Amino acid sequence: MRLSWSRWYGIIVKEFIQLKRDRLTFGMIVGIPILQLILFGYAINTDPKHLPTAVLLGDSSLYGRTVLQGLKNSEYFRIDRVAASAADVEELIAHGEVQFAVTIPEDFGRKLARGDRPTLLIEADATDPSATGNAIAALSGVLRTSLSRDLQGTLGRLIPPADPVDVRIHRRYNPEAVTANNIVPGLLGTILTMTMILMTGLAMTRERERGTFENLLATPALPVEVMTGKIVPYIMIGLIQVTLLLAAALLIFGVPMLGSAALLYLSVFIFIAANLTLGITFSSIARNQLQAMQMTFFFFLPSILLSGFMFPFRGMPEWAQWVGTVLPLTHFLRLVRGIMLKGNTFPALWPDIWPIVLFTFAVIGIGLAVYRRTLD
Amino acid sequence: MDADLAIDVTGLNKHFGDKHAVRDLSLQVRRGEIFGFLGPNGSGKTTSIRILCGLLRPDSGRGTCLGYDILNEAASIKREVGYMTQRFSLWEDLTIRENLEFIARMYGMEDHRQAVASALDNLGLTGRQDQLAGTLSGGWKQRLSLAACMLHRPRLLLLDEPTAGVDPKARRDFWEEINELAAGGITVLVSTHYMDEAERCHRLAYLAYGRLLASGTSREVVDAQSLTGFEVSGPDLILYARSLRGLEGVDQVTAFGETLHVIGRDARALQATAERMAGGGVHRWTRIRPGLEDVFIGLMESAEDNYR
Ligand SMILES: Nc1ncnc2c1ncn2[C@@H]1O[C@H](COP(=O)(O)OP(=O)(O)OP(=O)(O)O)[C@@H](O)[C@H]1O
Ligand SMILES: [Mg+2]
Repeated sequence: MRLSWSRWYGIIVKEFIQLKRDRLTFGMIVGIPILQLILFGYAINTDPKHLPTAVLLGDSSLYGRTVLQGLKNSEYFRIDRVAASAADVEELIAHGEVQFAVTIPEDFGRKLARGDRPTLLIEADATDPSATGNAIAALSGVLRTSLSRDLQGTLGRLIPPADPVDVRIHRRYNPEAVTANNIVPGLLGTILTMTMILMTGLAMTRERERGTFENLLATPALPVEVMTGKIVPYIMIGLIQVTLLLAAALLIFGVPMLGSAALLYLSVFIFIAANLTLGITFSSIARNQLQAMQMTFFFFLPSILLSGFMFPFRGMPEWAQWVGTVLPLTHFLRLVRGIMLKGNTFPALWPDIWPIVLFTFAVIGIGLAVYRRTLD
Repeated sequence: MDADLAIDVTGLNKHFGDKHAVRDLSLQVRRGEIFGFLGPNGSGKTTSIRILCGLLRPDSGRGTCLGYDILNEAASIKREVGYMTQRFSLWEDLTIRENLEFIARMYGMEDHRQAVASALDNLGLTGRQDQLAGTLSGGWKQRLSLAACMLHRPRLLLLDEPTAGVDPKARRDFWEEINELAAGGITVLVSTHYMDEAERCHRLAYLAYGRLLASGTSREVVDAQSLTGFEVSGPDLILYARSLRGLEGVDQVTAFGETLHVIGRDARALQATAERMAGGGVHRWTRIRPGLEDVFIGLMESAEDNYR
């Protein structure tokens, strides 16, 4: 049977009307964001280690390598990229592939030997300040202990009482380490996850519990028309929520907006669609509204815990990172932070866009497979 | 396949867990016929109707509905069938008009505005079209559902107790409309618990415990059971009825207002008992032709013995 616009439109109109008359849902749309703002408004600090780090090694002398070894020994840094140029460093940080980039200048060893306090540049992706804070705090101590051995061996007399190296830390994207800059984009994602899945999660089960599903099923409406038709009004609701929250983020929390609003809304749209399809699929699987709600929370918990919202993504054990990679929220957080705080453009965003799109299509497939075509 | 049959199914079975809700149901309904579906509560009427319009998959059996296979062509069946559910299943948070418009759109009706307008007019609900469907009285909900399932001018109507809770005037209007539709070639399968409605059907089927126990015109159904009946009138009927039960030839004694119906399968034994009882007392015994209701009560009681 062919898809029919008339039926699809009919379903959308019906959902809009029902939504309009459903005070509770409307309350939820306003209430949940406020509640979460209050709950999560405070920062949660943790102490992640083994953060991916890139090095730009301009000086291959003994000292350069000692510095790297010292960073490794500190356990905060995991050196897994060697950058070829400053542009390379820039890109690695912008794409979020590394948390830190260490640049050891050409004359590092020579200056050190001369006692000139050479510069060591450490760039940190500080969009999530809780992830980088402790590592940075540990930095100068790490350098002093590791270098002192080398310097004592050969050039012992040169050890200055103060730091041998001039460490320059560039906190990128969020120079003042403002937690709100990280939390607010995160809230955007969690609120959307919560409300979008919950609202559509109830959509099919409500029909079933009220007995109207039998009527709907007796009409020629196709599963795909019903599923997508029920989603459309909530996409609009989601966009309204986002606009409200963004306004709050920009006006109240003063979160910067460096990237393009169009890209931001594109990301939001993709993310909303992912959550809605998941909700409608839950709703086809669940027998009643309570089950749909339980499924929502079952999905919501890992989403806030493992996406990098609650805890820094890199601070999580590897298996948790794997789980996190599947979750749309993980990618959405990177997208929003990337756009708002880094001003990233499409090429840098793409690696986090396609996983959400893939997720959405996989879930639609499952949803259509489990959609109940009969009352059995 | 017989082109004259709107419904032609054989050997339908449906289980719900341990419950055998429909057993070996075979049914032939001709085009343009009003076909009654009767049976006690839980006998499988609703389940059978749902199988016919593709809402439930039978565990076994096959057949066609309007020439479409009930197993593989549910989508085509849905387009041409109007199904009225037993329980109100329109959207209570939509208005009367919104419900009708939604249904019209679901069937892709091109002139849906006009169809809705004339349906509202027929119902006499034009003035209340903006009232929420959930706030209608029970009978009005029934009438709205009926209008909704006829909106797209289906060729086959499957009506599950359409007149339950509907007042007599509306019931009469409903049957007039059904008769007109049938005269126009539309087939109607209607389940009911009302005997007067059963009598109005061209043919009927009686189900109990998921089994088809009798079918045919109401006369055929009555005759097939070959029952003998007496109507008894007089004083203290309740006490009198009690004394009659268990007498030879008496299978069932039912109170019908001011009279009792005494029914038996064994004509001679009942005749003898009737003469004996009438002879010595103040009660008057008159021989009657048993009606559908007498037959159904008999069927129900014997079905209980056989299949429970
Ligand atoms: N979805 C279901 N799950 C389990 N059992 C069911 C289901 N639907 C019906 N049944 C059972 O199947 C049997 C037949 O039910 P059905 O609703 O078809 O009866 P009915 O003849 O329509 O009764 P009524 O006159 O009360 O409407 C009943 O015993 C009922 O309990
Ligand atoms: Mg029923």
